[in-house]
Parts: sequence; structure tokens; C-alpha cells
Amino acid sequence: MTFTRFALRRLAEMAATLLAASFLIFGAMYLAPGNPASFLLSGRSASPAAYQAINDQYHLNDPFWQQYLRWLGQVLHGDFGRSIEYRTPVSTLIGARLPSTLLLVGLALVLVVAVGLALGWIGAVRGGATDGAILVGTTFAVGTPSFVAAVLLQGLFSVELGWFPSGGSGSGFGSMLWHLTLPALALALYLIGMLARVTRSAMLEAMGHEHVTVARSRGVTERQVIHRHVFRNTLGTVLTMGGLIVSTLLICTVLVETAFSVDGIGQLLDLSTTTKDFPVVQAISLIIVGIFMLVNFVVDLLLPLVDPRVALGARGATG
Amino acid sequence: MTTALVRRPGLARLRLSRNRTGRPWLYLLCLGFLAVVVLLALLAPWLSPHDPNAVDLGNALAGPSASHPLGVDGSGRDTASRLITGARTSLLGPLGVVVFSTVVGVVVGVTAGWRGGWLDSLLSRTTELVFAFPGLLLAILIVSIYGEGLIAPVVALGVAYLPYVSRLTRSLVLAERKRPYVEAYRVQGHSGLQICLRHVLPNIAPVVLAQSTINFGYALIDLAGLSFLGLGVPALTPDWGRMVFDGESAIQSGYPLSAILPCAAIVLTVVAFNVVGERWADQVARRDR
Repeated sequence: MTFTRFALRRLAEMAATLLAASFLIFGAMYLAPGNPASFLLSGRSASPAAYQAINDQYHLNDPFWQQYLRWLGQVLHGDFGRSIEYRTPVSTLIGARLPSTLLLVGLALVLVVAVGLALGWIGAVRGGATDGAILVGTTFAVGTPSFVAAVLLQGLFSVELGWFPSGGSGSGFGSMLWHLTLPALALALYLIGMLARVTRSAMLEAMGHEHVTVARSRGVTERQVIHRHVFRNTLGTVLTMGGLIVSTLLICTVLVETAFSVDGIGQLLDLSTTTKDFPVVQAISLIIVGIFMLVNFVVDLLLPLVDPRVALGARGATG
Repeated sequence: MTTALVRRPGLARLRLSRNRTGRPWLYLLCLGFLAVVVLLALLAPWLSPHDPNAVDLGNALAGPSASHPLGVDGSGRDTASRLITGARTSLLGPLGVVVFSTVVGVVVGVTAGWRGGWLDSLLSRTTELVFAFPGLLLAILIVSIYGEGLIAPVVALGVAYLPYVSRLTRSLVLAERKRPYVEAYRVQGHSGLQICLRHVLPNIAPVVLAQSTINFGYALIDLAGLSFLGLGVPALTPDWGRMVFDGESAIQSGYPLSAILPCAAIVLTVVAFNVVGERWADQVARRDR
């Protein structure tokens, strides 16, 4: 199978899964008890005029398929409907909150990759007491939910020591960076532990391979052996975690942004769930699922380039 | 036998076990801790010194004392009683998730692995789809429809965790099917169902059990997170995640104790479940080698 054909097939598979996911997210509305109009308006003024408006906006009198296809068409044009709570288009609502979340997730991602890889590497190469300490540390990191980390970091670094602000997202890039440091740490902690453990075990496994022994016996320096022969072998394993890392970061922003009152998309998801603002919940769910699939698609394309031994499309078999 | 679950840490490190010297004391410590937590949860009504919901605003945020050994929270409720009673909801929810995902996951996995064909490809398609929804997102989506509570999130998380179990079971069954004893039973005229139930299932059970133990910790994290957001258990029910939320305002006014204790309870319980689950997985891997 050529690379282009493989890429096209994966693209088609991704589109099909995304279609199914969008169908689930849209159809979820019909799982609610009662009719969709009263669900969408739940707890708000149920005047006949309001019913009429919601019926017109969602075309609730049309057959289900037509409603779904119309909604899908609008979503593809970037139109997620109107928020019931804020009475503004969902896309503007999300757009205004996007920068904080993107910066937060970006910061956390950098932390996860840099610290996670480094800890895994050090643990595998050094061994002994260092490895033991890293193993214990990552065991606790993996057991710490992001909201627990958020509350504890807040208590230590902003209340006790006063080094960082305890909430908000600040204005201007420098201030935002300062405000988002603790939230990013809280968000990254769990994934740092996880990535470190996966990297460590993948490197240890690679070290046991024959080609490493051969390289050592040829007199290649230990540094080169680790760089070229061990670490390169683990890149594929690390890469397959990309989708999981990004989607975990995206969903955990709900907890961290709520804990630090950062005005991002995660906080919006929490608020809209509490106020039953379903169009907003739909839009954010779809975005998170879409990004996860996009990252997985890119990972699938990169995998054969990083590790030529991986046959095209063989991830299912190895993973 | 490679039974790696790459997308989730856990059994992915099976092959590593030969490099690791066992640490039985850590495993025993964790097992003991879990036993204590379970006992506290079971005996909560008799063990908790006060009514966990008794509000005493005059005594709010008081430190440890003789009558309140772990202090009180921002509403003057006894922290020790809330921790002990909270262990019930905090363990019951994940238990529901794990039982649901294990039972359904094993049925689906065994059927797909044994039968193969269209059923198998249907399973892998559905798995792809469910993987795209993080557990917490699925739970939030369900809560936004059915409202707050414990049942809806537990079912949602059970569905989200199902593919991890069914995929593992499927790969185990595929490996097991090729082994000679299955063929031997077949030659003797045993039916497929009989071989599955009597012989294959007991053989793969330890690995599945180890995975489910690790899943318990993750389910606890997800459900506590939901309660932290106010989307899980009802507001007045004592629950560890809810206590962290209540404690956040106390921490900001400089009284960290009522927040740190539930945080510690969550972290220690999750770590204990992980250590025990991984130890079991290690033992299974050693047995097979």
C-alpha cells in the first residue's frame, strides 16, 4: 500500500468515525425525557413565544434526519447555533474564550513532553536510586487527579507563598503566562507521570534488544547508543500516545479552569452543563472529539516516518 | 503474550516485570490501606463520631480538637465523619463502573474474539468511536441531559471504560484459542460455549481482573472530578470530590486542612488501586513465562 492510499484510507475512516460521533452528540438531545423543545428550554421561561423561537431555530417540527443534516451542514460552516443562556452565537462565545484555553493546553503540552520524556529517559538510563525515586514520584503523579493538584498547588504557591495569582487568566501575554503557570502545572502533572512511565519502560525494553548490544560491542559511545539506538526506538511508542495526551488535556481543562476560574472553554463547558445550555455542550464536545481524531490521524501518518519498521496501518496490530 | 494497552498506562508494562525486583511491602501496605478504607466505608454509620451533615457555623474551620480529631470544614461539619461517610459514595460509584464495564466488556470481548467475522469488525469500529470520547466528556454529556446524580455518570463511565476491557479480553481470547487444550476439548466434543465458560474464561480472568482493578482508580478520579464540578452526587451527600470543592474556599482563606485531607484520601486510594492492580498483572505475566 502506498503512503497516499494509506493516508486517504485513514482520512475516510476518520471522517466516518467523526460522522458517527457527531450523530451521537446531536442525537443525545433526543435521549432526554420529554420533548426536545422543553429539554432545550429546561428551567427557563416557557412562554409560547419561546417555544416558537426554539422550534424555529432547531426546526424541531422537521423529521429527525433533516434536523441532523441541517445541523451538520451548519457545523461544517462553523455555525454551532445560538446559546440558550447567553443568547449569542455559540461560535462567538467559544471564540472569545479560545485564547486562554489554547495557551493553557499549549503550556501543559510543552511541560508534559519536556518533563515526561526527560524523567523517563533519566530513570531508564541512570537506574538505581534515581530510577526508584522517579518511579515513586510518577506513581503518585499518576494517582493525582488534576483538580486535586489544582487545589493543592493553589494552596501552596498562591495562598501560602504568594508567588502566583490564585485565579483568573490575566490580560496581555506576559500576565496570561504568569496566571496560567499553576493551572498548566496542575493539568500536566498526571500526564507527566504517565508519559515518564511509558518512556521509561519503552527505553528499558529497547535496551534489551540485540542491536544495542552489538552497537556497544562495536565501541559506539554510550551517549550515541542511547540517542541513536535506544531513544529512536521508543519514539513510535511515545507518538501513539499523542491522541490520548491531547484529549486528556482538553477534557481536564474543565476541572482546572473551574478550580482557577480561568475564563476558557473548559469553564464554559462546566457552566453550560450546570445551566443546561445544550448547544454549547454539543459544540465543545464535538470540538474535543474532533481534535482527538485529528491528532490520531496525524500520529498515524507520522508513525511510518519515525519508525520505518511499522508497516502502514499496522498500528492496530501493535497497539 | 503481548497484551499491551498502549493508550492507557497499566498493563502496557507487562513485559517489563522481569527487570523489576518485587516490592512486596509496598503491595501489602497498599492492600492493607484498601482494606481499611473498605472497612471504614462499610461501617461508616457506626464509626463516624458525628453526623456528617451537622452544620455548626460558630465553630467553622476550627482546627483538630478532642471532639473533632481532624477539624471541621467551612460550614462547621466534622471532617473525620465526612471522610468516613464519603468513602461510601466515593467507592460505590467506581464499583458500579468497574462491575458494569467488566461484565459487559468480557461478554463482548469473548464473543468477538471467539466468533470473529462481522461481529469482530463491528466491535473494533465501535471501540474506535468510544475511544474518541474521554470518559469525563461522556459523563458530562449525559449529565447535561439527565441532570446531576450518581446513576447517569456511572453508566456513562461504564460505557467509556468498556472498550478497554473488551479489547483486552478479545486479544486474550485470540491467544487462548490457538492453544492446544482448546483443540483437545473440541475433539472430545465439548461445545464452544462450554469451552469458553469452563476453560478459557478462568484462564484469562486474572489479567482482566488486574485491568479492572486499575480501572477502579481511574473511575474514582473521574467521578470525584464530576463531584468537584458539582455534577456528580447531590450537593449534601458527603463525597471526597465534593469535599475538595468545599475545601477550596477554606484553602483560600488560609485553612488548608479541610481540603488537604480529602485530597490525600483520593490520591492514596487511587495509588493503592494502581499498585495492587499492577502487582497482579506482574504476577500473571510471571506465571505465563
